Amino acid sequence: MEQAKVSSEFCGGVLYFRLTGEIDHHCAPFIREQMDRDLYFFRPQRVILALDGIDFMDSSGLGLILGRYTKIRDMQGVLEIEDPTPQIEKILKLAGVNRLIPVKKSKAQQG
Amino acid sequence: MIKAENQFELTLPALSQNEGFARQCVSAFLLKLDPTVSDLADLRTAVSEAVTNCVVHGYRGRETGMIYISVRCFDDRRVVIRIKDKGCGMADPEKCRQPLYTSDPSGERGGMGFAIMESFTDGMKVKTAVGKGTTVTLIKKLS
Repeated sequence: MEQAKVSSEFCGGVLYFRLTGEIDHHCAPFIREQMDRDLYFFRPQRVILALDGIDFMDSSGLGLILGRYTKIRDMQGVLEIEDPTPQIEKILKLAGVNRLIPVKKSKAQQG
Repeated sequence: MIKAENQFELTLPALSQNEGFARQCVSAFLLKLDPTVSDLADLRTAVSEAVTNCVVHGYRGRETGMIYISVRCFDDRRVVIRIKDKGCGMADPEKCRQPLYTSDPSGERGGMGFAIMESFTDGMKVKTAVGKGTTVTLIKKLS
């Protein structure tokens, strides 16, 4: 089982997060802490959250995304989700997250 | 009652570090049935939700106890997974089953656990009694 990890990159006002591994209730707090630290440090106008590297995500991941969405909105920024796996897309649709946060495909995925 | 073709049981403490192991075990057991990627992912997610509920809510306000998991597979490719705790139970299970309902005030939990379990399986049953615990039964027919 691959542990959840988040990598970040900040360039031109855009903060890019990429999540990998298995996002569940156990690891969500560590990921949350790391993301919030970057959010408060960079105070980005735009945040992209890439989900193509996730092997597993349950409703704890949903909570993680919705919690960050609220924080970013409060900072007057916008959040976008990039390249969710089919399983994650199913969860996002079930919760109606796709109506709240734009879900996009990256250039790499569009091929 | 139809006899299960194969089954296994797993008992482990209701600790968050066991969530991954629990869904991994169920998933490894089901692999022998050659499920589709989507069926397996659905069951892994549903099991993770039920196990997380045991960890987060099952033993709230009391000493942490065990999670009891049983998986049974039948000839007709029906899989029945039971996830049980002997904790505090739910006073109002109907309310807990509502999508977006959460007893957590932090805004970090989506309240989608039961909705996911219900939508990712063919059937879900919840049996609960205050002070006795909760049993969630997940049923899915593999394609």
